[in-house]
Amino acid sequence: MEHLELFFKSIFIDNMVFATFLGMCSYLAVSKKVSTAVGLGAAVIFVMAITVPLNWLLDTYLLQDGALAWLGEEYAQYDLSFLSFIMFIATIATMVQLVEIIVEKFSPSLYNSLGIFLPLIAVNCAILGGSLFMQSREIPSLGLALNYGVSSGIGWFLAILAIAAIREKIRYSNVPPALRGLGITFIITGLMAIGFMSFGGMLTGGADSGKSEVISQEAIQKIEKEVEGIVNNSNN
Amino acid sequence: MGLFKDSNLITDPLADNNPITIQVLGICSALAITAELEASIVMSIAVLFVLGVGNVVISLMRNIIPSKIRIIVQLIVVATLVIIVDLVLKAFAYQLSKTLSVFVGLIITNCIIMGRFEAFALANRPWRSFLDGIGNSLGYAMILIIVGFFRELLGSGTLLGMEVLGNPIDKTGVYAFGYENNGFMLLAPMALVTVGIIIWVQRSRNEALIED
Repeated sequence: MEHLELFFKSIFIDNMVFATFLGMCSYLAVSKKVSTAVGLGAAVIFVMAITVPLNWLLDTYLLQDGALAWLGEEYAQYDLSFLSFIMFIATIATMVQLVEIIVEKFSPSLYNSLGIFLPLIAVNCAILGGSLFMQSREIPSLGLALNYGVSSGIGWFLAILAIAAIREKIRYSNVPPALRGLGITFIITGLMAIGFMSFGGMLTGGADSGKSEVISQEAIQKIEKEVEGIVNNSNN
Repeated sequence: MGLFKDSNLITDPLADNNPITIQVLGICSALAITAELEASIVMSIAVLFVLGVGNVVISLMRNIIPSKIRIIVQLIVVATLVIIVDLVLKAFAYQLSKTLSVFVGLIITNCIIMGRFEAFALANRPWRSFLDGIGNSLGYAMILIIVGFFRELLGSGTLLGMEVLGNPIDKTGVYAFGYENNGFMLLAPMALVTVGIIIWVQRSRNEALIED
């Protein structure tokens, strides 16, 4: 259940592109054709499935406050979390190079379809963002970290597939000249993001948003009462 | 005159070669933090520092970096600079560093930085690279500040936390005439639409930039 919840949450509600704007550069640059978009999307899923669990291990057994306790008691006091950026990006860059070499050796056909996108991925914000969110949201186990990596990758894949399909169609529409290309893509992405926001009530059945509304109503009433009190005091 | 002949390196990225609206670089971490003007300004300063210093460092090392591993070398240089920025922010502006959360770390993969390293610093002398870094981060800062200005003004009626339009609870200022804040501007999608409109305005003014 926990896995299912995280899975749908990372694909739809916390979608990498529409909720957090990660990986926007390659999303905009490589979405002119559906076929290339599929290639890049698949490569992102693949790399995220490897790097997020790997960085989870690094974070849990090396970087977190007290993570070095398994070495012995005197190491428990160290907090290396300030090194996490450099460690994460080093893991990602080396994993991307490694994956490129392995895929080239064992599956030339996959290399031909994915290969050119792999170097691009090392600097795709979605990959590093996945690891950093994994760290800041304190994902509790390796299995969930793997789940998080794969499902965030799928969310990104869906987003780039959708925008590439729309951009192929929109070529036949009469867009104002100054908006053609980049401008209209930005606005469409904004509209898609508004659409994706409606997934917010999916897991909770809307109960959560209802609750926060009640709270904010209460807060407003409280503030109003306080303001009234202040006004009354100053009148007196 | 040697100082001024390269001034186009600073002025070009401000307009017709803007990193965000023309080169499509650095959008990743730019949009999510523009709901407040203050966060936009701090993010711009962070990028200015990282890109300015990073360009000089890469330019100084350009003849000794083997081209096969240059991406890793560049990432390590950026990551080191970003750690400095992150620790400084945590020490002097803790609340703000919480607002920016992972987006400080994401300066590392901000395409604008890798893009300028690849396109400029690897082929140019340090002083020119420095100017290029400053110019591009100013161009980036300009878009961030415009977006942050409109989102904060229309979304919460404040600028840098000051209530410029009056107080919505006391009904002072423009709120006395029934004005309401557009809370929609604070949501993520409106950042994209705002940048889309900036691109629209810019390309209408300069027809040479229109794509076909």
